[in-house]
Amino acid sequence: MTSLLAVLIDGSIYASWLFLVAAGLTVIYGVMRILNMAHGSFYAIGAYSAASLVGWYFNNGIGPAWISYLLLVGAALVAGLIVGVIVERGLLRLMYGRDEILMVIITYALLLILEDTMKIVWGVSPYFAYQPYTELGRTAFGLLKVSNYDLALVGVSAVLGLGLWAWLERTNQGKVLRAVIHDREIAVAMGVNVRLMFTITFVLGTTLGALAGALTAPAISVVPGIGIEVIVLAFAVVVIGGLGSIGGAAVGALLVGLSRAAAVHYAPEFELFVIYGVMSLVLAFRPEGLFGRTMARKI
Amino acid sequence: MKNNKATFSKYLVSGVAALALTAGMATGASAAENGKFRVGIVTFLSGAAAGPFGVPSANAAKVLVEALNKGELPAPYDKMGINGVEIEAVIIDEAGGATKQVEEYRNLVQRQKVDAVIGYVSSGDCLAIAPVAEELKTFTIAYDCGTPRLFADNADAQYMFRTGLDASVDNIGAVRYLAATRPDVTRLSGIQQNYSWGQDSWADFTAAAAKLLPESEIVEEQFPKIYQGQYGAEISALSVKRPEIVHSSFWGGDMEALVLQANARGLLEDATGLLTCGEASFATYKDQAPNGMIIGARGPFGAFAPDNALNTWFKGAYTAAYDLDPVYPATKMAQAILGLKFAAENAGVADKEIPTAEQLASGIKGATFESVSGTVEMARANGHQAMQGITYGEYHYEDDKASIVNKVSFSGECVTPPEGVSAAEWIAEGFPGAQCN
Repeated sequence: MTSLLAVLIDGSIYASWLFLVAAGLTVIYGVMRILNMAHGSFYAIGAYSAASLVGWYFNNGIGPAWISYLLLVGAALVAGLIVGVIVERGLLRLMYGRDEILMVIITYALLLILEDTMKIVWGVSPYFAYQPYTELGRTAFGLLKVSNYDLALVGVSAVLGLGLWAWLERTNQGKVLRAVIHDREIAVAMGVNVRLMFTITFVLGTTLGALAGALTAPAISVVPGIGIEVIVLAFAVVVIGGLGSIGGAAVGALLVGLSRAAAVHYAPEFELFVIYGVMSLVLAFRPEGLFGRTMARKI
Repeated sequence: MKNNKATFSKYLVSGVAALALTAGMATGASAAENGKFRVGIVTFLSGAAAGPFGVPSANAAKVLVEALNKGELPAPYDKMGINGVEIEAVIIDEAGGATKQVEEYRNLVQRQKVDAVIGYVSSGDCLAIAPVAEELKTFTIAYDCGTPRLFADNADAQYMFRTGLDASVDNIGAVRYLAATRPDVTRLSGIQQNYSWGQDSWADFTAAAAKLLPESEIVEEQFPKIYQGQYGAEISALSVKRPEIVHSSFWGGDMEALVLQANARGLLEDATGLLTCGEASFATYKDQAPNGMIIGARGPFGAFAPDNALNTWFKGAYTAAYDLDPVYPATKMAQAILGLKFAAENAGVADKEIPTAEQLASGIKGATFESVSGTVEMARANGHQAMQGITYGEYHYEDDKASIVNKVSFSGECVTPPEGVSAAEWIAEGFPGAQCN
């Protein structure tokens, strides 16, 4: 019984983290049709920015602990905004209209550049910002003790998911964005500034990636390569849910999170396999993913 | 944590230094006849292993080479350079995998014309390099990798040596520490990175525990992916089985994340953590690791190194250069460089003459030399593998200062299989011939 409870709690926590990581990736693909290989680097930049800022804050004993949570979010917003604008205006804008495969290669090149840039800026030694993680304490569920920070992450993830949904479905800007998703050419013909929508979308995606990194930073040692590790998982989640679908990313994250937690508790030897096992099963029956839409190709 | 204080200018200086190093390497290809003793130093300068292992090792190499060239070391290493010849270090990145490392090794030997190579953290890289060292007849010291297969797979090695200990010693030593300090523990668990290092470490630990702690049982074992970083489910799975000991061979960022998360969730309060590589992050745990957590340094290295003249000098020089105490990978690099110097000066060649690879090999094979970690006996694998004791202790943090308490040391003969016997056989037979004080 304890193990079942643990699976539900661990699965939910892991799923919420996966959703945070995958949301930006799927938003960018949904609107811009760019499979952004550099998304993991945005995650890492968010983690480094947050760890640097929060570490500086605590090392200098500047103020109360609750401000560090604002710093985490603030670091992600600033880092995501700056990097997003630079990459979109300085690189991707020159490449729009090219083949999707070429965009994959371009963003892969960007990933390599950003990985080295991070080493130049932050070096290769680990960064820590653990205070926000430990400050919230823990909650006991019988034998199981769970970090309150991790539990809070579930709430943050849910709020973020609902916020994204509401923005897309309930605001004028969201409606315009959906028009771009459905048919870019018609949207242009109707007077939509598609380039501006692309900039907004890309910056939103990079900021979501940076936010995922920033919120993860307090629980880990921020070291080179962390972005590359998460990108594979993020791809698995969005492929299961259907590329470009926010709801799909949420369901995909839940499926992967719960499956992995069950494997860790009941069959640890399958832990590595289970994520990709779920992905293979979904793709075998729905190649476009659970919430992906089959689209006719324009000739 | 200290790194958070680093300023941009520090990174700028590092970047400029890296560029200068690269420029030096680029122009060094034709300097084989410059009369210097050229040493290839290979360790991780990028990737996840750079921070915990590679950078401290490269820093140690720079400190040693600079001081040796000035003749600043204490006796018996007070002669300038290596055998009176100035040392030139060519430091390259170990990242990229075994195939790339074989290419880099050939480049070091054939184009850079190094006189010797010291390197390799990764066991995969060590295993790939060993036959190439024999093919190219180049004196090579593996300074850190732990695979017991290095000499099991290369039994006739002539040019390959290892001045660090193999991984079996870590885990036999860990069980002996438990048997000495906690003989009544019965509920053991483990969490290892899911690749050969983690699996081999766990196999040695559980086999040794079956012999030395016969009342114990394994209540849980977890093998998450390397570099996973998040261990929520694994910590839950361990917690609900109520272990007394949580053994882990995790290293680097994975180890630091595990300690942080497991401590925050109370696992390391309810059970005692046992980290075979734990000393590498000694300076960064601060109050995020519980007092009483057992840590090792893969031998008498880092914070476990003895107070001898060489180590006192090394710690002082390293701390003066980098404002940090040397962790175990740094000590192991220092030991390998001293091993090379010893080999050259024990090779029977004239003063200021650079020995051949064969002369270097004969100078160290089966020899005993003094090091920052004490006395090193090249007493295994036909004189190619070092044998030393190992020490474990408990992490203790008080008044903003970290220390290691309750240290217990075990001699080399107590934790090392006899010549020609594999660790698995030795453990299975109940450690015949072990000499423990």
